Amino acid sequence: MKSISCDVLVVGSGPAGLAAALEARQTGAQEVLLLERNDELGGILQQCIHTGFGLREFGQDLSGPEYAWRWIDQVHDAGLQVLSETMVLSVDATRRVVATSKALGMIEILPRALVLAMGCRERPRGALAIPGTRPAGVYTAGTAQRLVNIDGYMPGNRFVILGSGDIGMIMARRLTLEGAEVAAVCEILPYLSGLRRNLVQCIRDYDIPLHLCTTVTEVRGQDRVTSVVVSGVDADRRPLPGTEREIPCDTLLLSVGLVPENELTRMAGASMDAVTGGPRVNEGYATDIPGIFAAGNVVHVYDLVDDVSQAARIAGRSAARYACSTQAPTGPTVRLVAGENVRAVVPQLVHPAALEQESIALHMRVRTPIEAPVNLDLRLGERTLLSRRFRYVRPAEMLTLTLPQRLAGELAGATELSVHVRT
Amino acid sequence: MPDATYDVIIVGAGVVGAHIARQLSRYRLRTLLLDKAADVGDGTTKANTAIVHAGYDARPGSKKALFNVAGNAMFDQVCAELDVEFDRCGTYVVATSETDLATLQDLASRGRANGVTGLELISGEEMRRREPGLTEAATGALYAPTGGIVDPFALCFAAAENAVSNGVELALNTTVSRLLLEGNRVVGVDTNRGMFRSRWTIIAAGLHADDLMRTAGLEGLVIRPRKGEYFVLDRAARSQLRNVLFPCPTPVSKGIMVTPTIHGNILLGPTANDVDDKEDLGTTAAGLNETLTGALKLIPGLDPRLMIRSFTGLRATGSTGDFEISTPAERPGLLVLAGIESPGLTASPAIALHVVDMLREAGLTLQERPEYVPTRKGIPRFSLMTTAEQEALIAQDARYGRVVCRCETVTEGEVVAACHSPIPARTYDALKRRTRIGTGRCQGGFDLPLVLEIMAREYNVSPLEITQKGGASALVFRRTKEVGL
Ligand SMILES: Cc1cc2nc3c(=O)[nH]c(=O)nc-3n(C[C@H](O)[C@H](O)[C@H](O)COP(=O)(O)OP(=O)(O)OC[C@H]3O[C@@H](n4cnc5c(N)ncnc54)[C@H](O)[C@@H]3O)c2cc1C
Ligand SMILES: Cc1cc2nc3c(=O)[nH]c(=O)nc-3n(C[C@H](O)[C@H](O)[C@H](O)COP(=O)(O)OP(=O)(O)OC[C@H]3O[C@@H](n4cnc5c(N)ncnc54)[C@H](O)[C@@H]3O)c2cc1C
Repeated sequence: MKSISCDVLVVGSGPAGLAAALEARQTGAQEVLLLERNDELGGILQQCIHTGFGLREFGQDLSGPEYAWRWIDQVHDAGLQVLSETMVLSVDATRRVVATSKALGMIEILPRALVLAMGCRERPRGALAIPGTRPAGVYTAGTAQRLVNIDGYMPGNRFVILGSGDIGMIMARRLTLEGAEVAAVCEILPYLSGLRRNLVQCIRDYDIPLHLCTTVTEVRGQDRVTSVVVSGVDADRRPLPGTEREIPCDTLLLSVGLVPENELTRMAGASMDAVTGGPRVNEGYATDIPGIFAAGNVVHVYDLVDDVSQAARIAGRSAARYACSTQAPTGPTVRLVAGENVRAVVPQLVHPAALEQESIALHMRVRTPIEAPVNLDLRLGERTLLSRRFRYVRPAEMLTLTLPQRLAGELAGATELSVHVRT
Repeated sequence: MPDATYDVIIVGAGVVGAHIARQLSRYRLRTLLLDKAADVGDGTTKANTAIVHAGYDARPGSKKALFNVAGNAMFDQVCAELDVEFDRCGTYVVATSETDLATLQDLASRGRANGVTGLELISGEEMRRREPGLTEAATGALYAPTGGIVDPFALCFAAAENAVSNGVELALNTTVSRLLLEGNRVVGVDTNRGMFRSRWTIIAAGLHADDLMRTAGLEGLVIRPRKGEYFVLDRAARSQLRNVLFPCPTPVSKGIMVTPTIHGNILLGPTANDVDDKEDLGTTAAGLNETLTGALKLIPGLDPRLMIRSFTGLRATGSTGDFEISTPAERPGLLVLAGIESPGLTASPAIALHVVDMLREAGLTLQERPEYVPTRKGIPRFSLMTTAEQEALIAQDARYGRVVCRCETVTEGEVVAACHSPIPARTYDALKRRTRIGTGRCQGGFDLPLVLEIMAREYNVSPLEITQKGGASALVFRRTKEVGL
């Protein structure tokens, strides 16, 4: 088996992998290798042909592929080594990586530092246990997006979309533009699970019916879907008998959530966060396995690509520093805990010593929306160290709270910080 | 009957029909295996618990008992010859009450009467040692070391492929509407693709055996579908279970069990509810709930969030309560297999041998073909190979280096091989059963576009023509709007 060694190996070339690889080189790592299982770089962005990317990074409203190409061009200009059509099969705690590649066969890579940037995947029907038959015509929204935008095929003519995630809403518009009919978008929650801007631009502007507190309770059809049954749900999300309604359609699209893709991370033995589905990381996006870092949607699911690029730079920088000097921040760490109405916080650990060097951005999501001004408080025991005010909070929109360097002193000796959202 | 095209026509390419076809392919016969579905094994054979039963369930003296025990004994050889995954891991029936303990005693003595070897009654404590996640309520268990688990799809298509390689003709998408009669004699079948004449017609049509018998005036036997609903858990759940566990049986069914599958998932089920419609393969909220509740009674710690799929199987429950395997005297030329419900999968290789004997006794001349090859090789399974084997395979054919299904690590090379196997995988479901593509936790979300492209290329058709399971199950409908340049 061909064996390759390098300073930093990045697995996955979505926005996270691209930013991490470039930043690793700019931080001083000489040999940076980027692996991608697809034939093209860019990750999921290549199928996101709508705009809305890059407002923060480039101050421009770009499409997904345009955003990706800005980074891919830089990666090529910087002369990074890239292997596409190469899929990583295993990773262990010593950072031995085994991959299979159409061009090179089986290869082993032994990097000094490793960045995992495999992205996320969509939750399928089975995960929801929707009863009914099993005909053709049940797809996840992302699979439909790929079929339409990359392969040029329409997976159906009349759609019901379950879930108001962003990909589902964006596909509602895309399919309508392609001449299909979107009969309904159903959301089990009393509020949207995607961004408000997508509700306006993708659903309302196209007069697509949106039903909140509604779910699909049965799929019908033998060969191909012929209809779905939708029902209203109670406060505990249980279908309400008597509210069933049959909607004829030939396709059911699921936009019911993304799950970080962490098979490799688990294989390496990294500790995982049961809530985010990603590894537990510190302020440098290091996992608890020495020399293994994580970036982008493998850590937690982001809603804006600009945030992915930003966090991935940090991962790339830490990986390069580790590779060049085997240095990692030392000393005690402080745990970050999700408090009132907070689902999860990333990073999960910070070193006060690292905060002395630079500020640290904390990312989090709320559990339930509050459409009124709220405070996001960072607390040490009963004491509030930092507070930020938001006009509203919604689970779909990630919140960021930046720890300023001046708090480094306060954190020394602490073991736990908590964040809370309250009116 | 001088003008028969075929010596034997087998209606139904489930596991029973496939094994009969394979056994007949040893002889100088012209045999036609036909099925209404787009692939073999698309009936009950694809939706069951996949247990190779030891044989303690059935009443001593019944055909179920006889063929179960005989079939079970054949599995090591059959699966080795056909390259089918099989694990004789042993099975357990778990008691959770005093009455259950008495049931275990009954099962053990019934098993011994049926000729099952190695049965052992163990204490609840011992059972919990062997199965740490087991319910605290366990009071004892019956251990059957000859029980096992098998890949039920492969058990069927491997036998069918072996039959085809040995000269059996296969007609898929061919629905038999009635049996052809000349006087009292059955002389073939009428189908959507015309008539086929034969000396012998074998009904191995599962749920529809009685419907076909009726077309030849044979009334009496009735097959009632009994629904069994299942959940499949992700392989990540595998550590939560070590063994094949049955609860104590009730008069209607063996109960909701939990078992590892041969591919490393966990299967929960089945329920047992009589239904009217033989095509009713829908799952229900109530059934799935019952499945989960039943499974949690055995292993309380199972994580339902790891669910990746649910499905339904229909038992072909015959009115006589036993397997019906006969050559009705009033209809010469006909051999009927009906009511082949559980343990039909286990019994199928033994049933096939018995059918050959019946045909011989009834006067069919069976002349051995020296060129008969009993073995069949499956397509390579990249994910099960050592690194060295993987390397060698990619060196031979680079397409084995491209992974198209990330959850199950299936390569383009395997998809291509399945498209060119003796029974080509013409549909997405057929491909899934051959390669395991799309059976993992993303359920095809990743591979589907890639598979459409590969299948279209290999069969030289448009992706618009690729279906999930034949008929009107197209996966994509039309091209997107073209942009003129
Ligand atoms: C279907 C879908 C649609 C989306 N649409 C939008 C949108 O419209 N707007 C938006 O802001 N965000 C969208 N997102 C969120 C989006 O994922 C993030 O904004 C961003 O793309 C995440 O970047 P990433 O680099 O972490 O992951 P990805 O872009 O998913 O990149 C991960 C890369 O890793 C590769 N990879 C994975 N495993 C391996 C392996 N074992 N070996 C080699 N390579 C591997 C993958 O092929 C992929 O190229 C979407 C997500 C999905 C799943
Ligand atoms: C819930 C459940 C659990 C089970 N668990 C086990 C188990 O763990 N172990 C075990 O040993 N057994 C088990 N069984 C039993 C086992 O699955 C069956 O006995 C076995 O699959 C029957 O195979 P078959 O070939 O007779 O029927 P099928 O697989 O149903 O095949 C019949 C074929 O005939 C075709 N056909 C029907 N009508 C026509 C027509 N008119 N024209 C053309 N073709 C036609 C159908 O398409 C089908 O392919 C279980 C069964 C069920 C339902």
